[in-house]
Amino acid sequence: MISFKQVSKRYPGGYAALKNISFDVNAGEMLFLTGHSGAGKSTLLKLIAAIERPNGGTILVNNQNIGKIRTGAIPFLRRNLGLIFQDHKLLFDRNLFDNVMLPLQIAGFDHRESAKRVRAALDKVGLLKREKALPIALSGGEQQRLCIARAIVNRPSILLADEPTGNLDADSANDIMEIFKSFHQVGATLLLSTHDESILRQFQGRKLSLKQGELQA
Amino acid sequence: MKSWLMHHLYVMQVTLRQLRTTPVSSLLNVMVIGVALSLPTGGYILLQNLQSLSDKLVGTPQVSVFLSMNVSQEEISRYSKQLQQHSAVSHIEFVSREKALQQLQQSTGLADVTGGLTQNPLPHAFIVYPKSKYPLALEALRDELKTWPKFDHVQLDSEWARKLEAMLKFGRLAVLILAILLSFALVAITFNTIRLQILTQREEIEVSKLIGASNSFIRRPFLYFGLVQGLLGGTTAWLIITVSLILLNLNLSNLTQLYASNFTLQHLSASDSLTLLVFSAYLGWLGAFLSVSQHLWRMESRS
Repeated sequence: MISFKQVSKRYPGGYAALKNISFDVNAGEMLFLTGHSGAGKSTLLKLIAAIERPNGGTILVNNQNIGKIRTGAIPFLRRNLGLIFQDHKLLFDRNLFDNVMLPLQIAGFDHRESAKRVRAALDKVGLLKREKALPIALSGGEQQRLCIARAIVNRPSILLADEPTGNLDADSANDIMEIFKSFHQVGATLLLSTHDESILRQFQGRKLSLKQGELQA
Repeated sequence: MKSWLMHHLYVMQVTLRQLRTTPVSSLLNVMVIGVALSLPTGGYILLQNLQSLSDKLVGTPQVSVFLSMNVSQEEISRYSKQLQQHSAVSHIEFVSREKALQQLQQSTGLADVTGGLTQNPLPHAFIVYPKSKYPLALEALRDELKTWPKFDHVQLDSEWARKLEAMLKFGRLAVLILAILLSFALVAITFNTIRLQILTQREEIEVSKLIGASNSFIRRPFLYFGLVQGLLGGTTAWLIITVSLILLNLNLSNLTQLYASNFTLQHLSASDSLTLLVFSAYLGWLGAFLSVSQHLWRMESRS
């Protein structure tokens, strides 16, 4: 489903964030990316969503070469991915419902069908009762759940989550992980980055460890 | 198709809401655009009216010949024959001094003045209708008639029309330059308005792009905004001109009554009005397009 072949990424200024990375992710797999901050976890996820471009190597997502994707094709790639950001990237000027609605508006869904999907997504993360609230009124864990709802409302086959439990207490982190687990069980492919040892111990799944931009065996 | 239409309707709603959330600045923008557009449009209308006035007055060119005061009746009939036989002349009309005075009294409302005259100051006159309409031929005829004895004053009536035409040409150029400059101003106004809007919606644009919005999706609400603002500006210009013309015509009727004429300033034709609205909407759209494109381009080159 996702395939990296000798991928490297240097940032302007010469800093090498990723060096010669190769790995494959199978459909329906739940994969953890681990490593200290600065190891290149975020960069790797950004390469998959074409937020950053690699300097070398090939990245295949659903057999499409993301390294050479046209700028005009990027929106369509991203509509098939669910992106969950460490800093949530919520819009604070609109309520929960409208936040989750945004991807469907972008994809041009019918309004009534969208409303159903939005409520289903909010229900899955346990925020349905608060659809009219503004994101500012949510706790950190709830904001992360809202971000997840927005990522899954499009029903993407691949979910990418960058430190989804980053700043959360253990209970909230567990809630979030349980939600991911339920997606995994219905067949979604998940790629999560985390440096939280307790989560890695608790959950099943392959682990890829990055250190200073290189994959550890 | 239906969802596409729904989306556009939705964007339109967002645009109108945007206008309503910032009523003062929106109103000011629309006013500025309206005033800016009304200047060249007003100039255009004045020129149009002058043009139609000169067209009305110069139906066919004519040469007026004013005879000297001591001309005799025989001389008049002799000249009349000579003129009629002249190769460049189609026909002539004789206006006796008595008739001329009568006409003067009737036409210009100067009866009070002429009534005070103890004697008729007007000379006999011929109105000569030439066969040709070409300025050079007309001038040649005028110059020839000038050499005839007792022809005191020979005047080519279309001459002032030609001068007016030259002045109208000059005026049209001036209006065109003004229109081009103010069009730039209009694009710049919209560009800046949209730039400020983009700054307040930066996050929304960024997030939308991250979750798969195409550039045209991001542009669309801003383009609508520019379009609507331009259209409202154009409508304002039209209203400014309409009110101005009503006021001017009220005053003009006082003036023209004194001259026993019923000249009124004509408004823009329907097609010209439509052109004004379409043009102003287009300029608003263009300003918005340039503004968003610049922002998107900068965003892309940054990442």
